[in-house]
Amino acid sequence: MIPSIPQPRGLRMAYTAYIVLFFVYLALPLAVVAVFAFNDSQFPSLPWEGFTWNWFFGEDRPMIGVFHERPILRAIGTSAFVGFCVAVLSVAVGTTNAFLFNRYQFRGRGLLYVLMLLPLVIPGIVLGISILVFSSTVANELWDAVEYDAEILRPGLALVILGQFSFITTIATLVISARLQKFDQSLEEAALNLGADRLTAVRTITIPFLMPAIIGAVVVAFLMSFENFNTTLMLVGSDAPLTIAMFDRLKEGSTPLLNAVSLLLMVGSSLLALVMIAFQRKA
Amino acid sequence: MRAQARLGFILLLTPLLLWLSLLILIPHVDMALLSLRERVGVGEYAVSFANYGTFFGEPLYMRTFLRTATMSVLATLITLIIAFPVAYYIAKIAKGRTQSALFLLCLVPFWVSELVRTFGWMILLRETGVFSNLLQWTGLATGPVEMLYNDAAIMVGLVYTSMLFMVVPLVTTLESLDDAVIEAGYDLGGSGFSVLREIIIPHAMPGIVSGSIVVFMLSLGNYLTPTMLGGKDSLWFTELIYSQFIVRFNWELGAAFGFMLLILSSFIVWATLRLTGQTLERTMG
Repeated sequence: MIPSIPQPRGLRMAYTAYIVLFFVYLALPLAVVAVFAFNDSQFPSLPWEGFTWNWFFGEDRPMIGVFHERPILRAIGTSAFVGFCVAVLSVAVGTTNAFLFNRYQFRGRGLLYVLMLLPLVIPGIVLGISILVFSSTVANELWDAVEYDAEILRPGLALVILGQFSFITTIATLVISARLQKFDQSLEEAALNLGADRLTAVRTITIPFLMPAIIGAVVVAFLMSFENFNTTLMLVGSDAPLTIAMFDRLKEGSTPLLNAVSLLLMVGSSLLALVMIAFQRKA
Repeated sequence: MRAQARLGFILLLTPLLLWLSLLILIPHVDMALLSLRERVGVGEYAVSFANYGTFFGEPLYMRTFLRTATMSVLATLITLIIAFPVAYYIAKIAKGRTQSALFLLCLVPFWVSELVRTFGWMILLRETGVFSNLLQWTGLATGPVEMLYNDAAIMVGLVYTSMLFMVVPLVTTLESLDDAVIEAGYDLGGSGFSVLREIIIPHAMPGIVSGSIVVFMLSLGNYLTPTMLGGKDSLWFTELIYSQFIVRFNWELGAAFGFMLLILSSFIVWATLRLTGQTLERTMG
């Protein structure tokens, strides 16, 4: 079924209808979340009680808006901090990995490449508990050996960052590798011929070429970290990132406050996506 | 120069090895060791398969395990069946701006967190929700209808959450199929169905495999969707792992559960790759 082959009218229309239905299905849950953020009621459900901005800017109980709700604001800050650390770490390691696999032929390269892909096929929750188990083993050994309590190895932000880093690095590696493969190595050789040393050649020629992929990987890593739930759930301590904080609230019963937070998230990530697309276009 | 290249190699190799060994390999070995540990007294442990014995001996655990596996396979199949015509439309029928717009639209829902998506389905499906009210308004139902907290709701959530990971690889592989090949199929007397079966699907196989693997993994390892949309009877295996680790503090049994989940997912990924003659490097890399 392609445009150049005529098909019965009915079939074509049924197909188009299916596609329309599919996009309605995709949009529906997000649309209702957004709409109910403005419902002047204690519950994010019908009946519609009228339009209000209170779930964003409200200052008094029972309608405290997002911008006056301290725990939520703190959770957003925590998530942003974690996302930033994960993005920087995973893109740094992703870049070195990409260079390693692109430039060097060595024994065990194939095996290492498969190992590098593995985090993608390990369930997030298993990744979380294995890191939790290992870090407590190390912390307990440390305590037994030198009576030093390694607070950093107990559930908390450090472990959350490591846990997310462990699989986001694979994605960063793949994104950056894909662009590095398109790079024409003779450009780097030309720089070497013109008297640059290796590091200068990479810094002035290769890295600028990779920049779109690096920026893309940073954005993707940040968003994946911001959204991550499974791995974070197992490693979280007292400072909960946003997804965990929202999950705890949702379990207790939801108010349109959560819709308002969700709407802000949607707007935020759409903006990030647009920035990324604009950047990719320019490159 | 040789020495310099060697130094560069070592500098690039170190982060990779540190990452893979400290965060992937050793933790999993440690988890496997923990799962083989049995508490025999206060602070005394012995190596045994007791935790796995508990897993296989307790019908609830085994049933939940198998149920999670079958439902994940089912979710993967449903996602594939829904996504394939959409991916085909985007790759082969839509042209130019429409094509890229539709593709972008497919990605949009996945820029927001899974929690928000699940929350959206809760608002739609719950007793006081949008669908229930719609049904009453049209007169199809006389009272509020509860559509949340059952297996169908879980399925809807799982399929929705993983849709992107099926659509994107399918679009990519279908785009690389030359229209002329499809036309040739028709010219040689093939019907729409035989062209689909003998040309389009074989060509799309790498995309189908990588999409299915990712969707299966995401469903199997999902915690949020079954917890929020599922009812009292629809326990998911990840919930058992969570409760052993965080609620009961029985890490040994939890580690055994985690390892069973890992074995199951690795086995299914391996079997899928094997049956379709693909490799992990080709489908993921």
